Amino acid sequence: MTDQTNTAPGPAHPTALTKVREVVFSSPIALIATVLVTIIVLAAIFAPVVSPHDPVRLTPSERLKPPSELYWLGTDAYGRDLVSRIIYGGRISLVVGVGAAVFAVLSGLFLGLMAGYIRWLDAVLMRMVDGLMAIPNILLAIAIVSLWGAGLWTVLIAITIPEVPRVVRLVRSVVLSAREEPYVEAAIAAGSSTFLIMRRHLLPNTIAPLIIQGTYICASAILVEAILSFLGAGINPETPSWGNIMAEGRIYFQINPGIVLWPGLVVSVTILAINLLGDAVRDALDPRMAKRGIDR
Amino acid sequence: MSDQLLEIENLRIALDGNPDQQVVKGLNLSIRPGQTTCLVGESGSGKSLTALATMGLLPKVLQTIEGSIKIKGEEVLTASPGRLRTLRATAMSMIFQEPMTALNPVARVGQQIEEVLEFHSDMSQGARKKRTLEMMEAVHLPDVEKMYRSFPHQLSGGQRQRIMIAMALIMRPQLLIADEPTTALDVTTQAQILSLIRELREQQGTAVLFITHDMGVVSEIADDVTVLKLGEVMETQQVEQLLRHPQTDYTRDLLRSVPSQVPRPPSPAASDEVVLRTEDLCKTYGGTGLIRKGREVRAAQDVNLTLTHGRTLGIVGESGSGKSTVARCIMRLIDPTSGKIMVGDEDIAVMKQSDLKARRKKFQIVFQDPMRSLNPRREIGESIIEGPLNFGVSRAEAMERARDLLELVGLPGSAIDRFPHQFSGGQRQRVAIARALAMDPDILVADEAVSALDVSVQAQVLDLLADLQERFGLGILFITHDLGVAAQICDEVMVMQTGKVIEYGPAGEVLGNPKQDYTKALIAAAPGRHWDFANFRPFSEAPASAATPANQS
Repeated sequence: MTDQTNTAPGPAHPTALTKVREVVFSSPIALIATVLVTIIVLAAIFAPVVSPHDPVRLTPSERLKPPSELYWLGTDAYGRDLVSRIIYGGRISLVVGVGAAVFAVLSGLFLGLMAGYIRWLDAVLMRMVDGLMAIPNILLAIAIVSLWGAGLWTVLIAITIPEVPRVVRLVRSVVLSAREEPYVEAAIAAGSSTFLIMRRHLLPNTIAPLIIQGTYICASAILVEAILSFLGAGINPETPSWGNIMAEGRIYFQINPGIVLWPGLVVSVTILAINLLGDAVRDALDPRMAKRGIDR
Repeated sequence: MSDQLLEIENLRIALDGNPDQQVVKGLNLSIRPGQTTCLVGESGSGKSLTALATMGLLPKVLQTIEGSIKIKGEEVLTASPGRLRTLRATAMSMIFQEPMTALNPVARVGQQIEEVLEFHSDMSQGARKKRTLEMMEAVHLPDVEKMYRSFPHQLSGGQRQRIMIAMALIMRPQLLIADEPTTALDVTTQAQILSLIRELREQQGTAVLFITHDMGVVSEIADDVTVLKLGEVMETQQVEQLLRHPQTDYTRDLLRSVPSQVPRPPSPAASDEVVLRTEDLCKTYGGTGLIRKGREVRAAQDVNLTLTHGRTLGIVGESGSGKSTVARCIMRLIDPTSGKIMVGDEDIAVMKQSDLKARRKKFQIVFQDPMRSLNPRREIGESIIEGPLNFGVSRAEAMERARDLLELVGLPGSAIDRFPHQFSGGQRQRVAIARALAMDPDILVADEAVSALDVSVQAQVLDLLADLQERFGLGILFITHDLGVAAQICDEVMVMQTGKVIEYGPAGEVLGNPKQDYTKALIAAAPGRHWDFANFRPFSEAPASAATPANQS
């Protein structure tokens, strides 16, 4: 009977900033993950400032030194400072990680929207996607790198392509369920074009899952890059990258195991931190995952 | 020990246990053995929560902060989880609104019933099966041996609800809690389930706590009625007393809002300008296939209808009758298989989408579920102006008009920048109507547009539609399963069953003096058709001058 009464002005839609704050402070783990990711990113950006040494200068007299006050984690077989190389290596890893995430999400978004909304394209696109998914990620990446030769761009593309199918499937499934919603039908009835319907009504639904998927792709790309470099199918060996450092340190493992272990640890921590951040974002965007339910 | 079977005293349930956020506020209720008590209220009244609390099934976020619930003198609120499990099968049990989701889709229904016996009795396997089959017969399921081996999806909605009832009653509990058990069912199925519950109550002496929003159902099944509003008991009375002499304004308003089964007099035709006409409209699903023809489903067959300026044509029917198919074909949300759809003098049935776009202005739709028909991420203003923007109206102008439209549908114009979740269901449906009107349509298709709303809100939205129709001369195509609603708003009625038109004519004729058996059966099944709720008396006591009930056969 009180249908016509004014609704109290409910909470305004949260701005991006408050949303970010909400994610960061949602749990202690989210906070730690954010701090770690921030440190790693800042270190990579300001590598020339924070590195104690030049990462590529060869000092034959200082080969395979153990950790000391001068070289905190020791040096590698060419006398290069390990700390500086790991810091600089972070640049490659982060560029590859973020780059792969952005490219995979953008291309996956485009293809997924097409597949989800244009029925005849769906069958064609999804069979290609299935085909791609049948090949293991690393195998596909190695094949692409060996086809075009190593280099940052090739590595980036080689890592991105195997990630795209997952994004396409995700976007397609979101679009398929959203397009059945009456509000999409209402938009059709209002004479909106397919493009407008995608932009106004379907695209916004995909953003939350894509942010989450993006963080996972980022973490996985960093790992794949390290693996490719370690296998010698990655970035030019002179460029410090976490995988390269480990690959070079492999034969000196018995003399200075730190050359393999420290970059390995950094890779693990980075990936863990990014994944935890992804989980925090997911929980913040989709509270149903975290709470509710009868526990009997 | 008292002679009451269930005694609820001063029950208070609050969100997060916070006394300032009470959703059930001091509820008292008692049920004697063998008695049926209806708990009536609109959404948010706390009727379902009371039932869940009785079963010990409240969601975690809700806590009982005060009161007691006793079944046969035993306190439920403090019972251990193990004791609760036993109580739930042997002393009380519950059936839910949606029998499909309450059954396990991958287990055979017979085994699901038998499982209850497995947990709560030490019968041998043979005895369990025998008892299960007996129970399935008791709820009048056909061919029980075959039914026993069926999966839920192979049964109809009514049969699934019978399975649920069999499962609930197999341990012979003294109390059956039924939470809107017939709301998701068709009216004829509903009538059967109601009579089944009545029958079982008489045979087994089961008391029933029946939760419903439907006064018609109440008049059919209740002994006592408790009316709830926002967590508070408004009144508790014996059913006939309540329907004749409601004590509170709230109950009176609730009863007045119940749509009467008596068709209203047709509105005078403003003009006989035909705004919409279909000729032999057909929609067939399936039947195509590269190698072998698939099974054909004729969702709509040879539908001929005519809608004139300023009039309302109702399409009524049960689920699967094809009424929504017709509406969606007319909106060209799906493509008809054959036939013509004449809007004005153009056939839009085969028109290309690109040509159609320019014509979409003329016909607009209001959907059933106001939660889903507005994009939750967009301000309602954006939703309202979407159409006009597509037709080249400037943003400022469209916004200005959207404000006026909001006021027209009874919402403040200042609400334009709010999001759908900030509105109630009825308000959202008003927004959806404003959006449809923004295009200045000649035809408004209302697809079960009031079915998801509470009865008082439903009455308001129906009034709004009637008012708008008068003002703008809208031709309204009103799809509904509710004959009362149809009687209240329609000038003409078309009855559909399994894709075919059964009967079509003026509302007074079709609903007041139906020719076809199916229409008669539909009308006979409508709950509460003997009661003139708005005047607090049965139709049989109506003064001779007043309208007589639709059909008493």
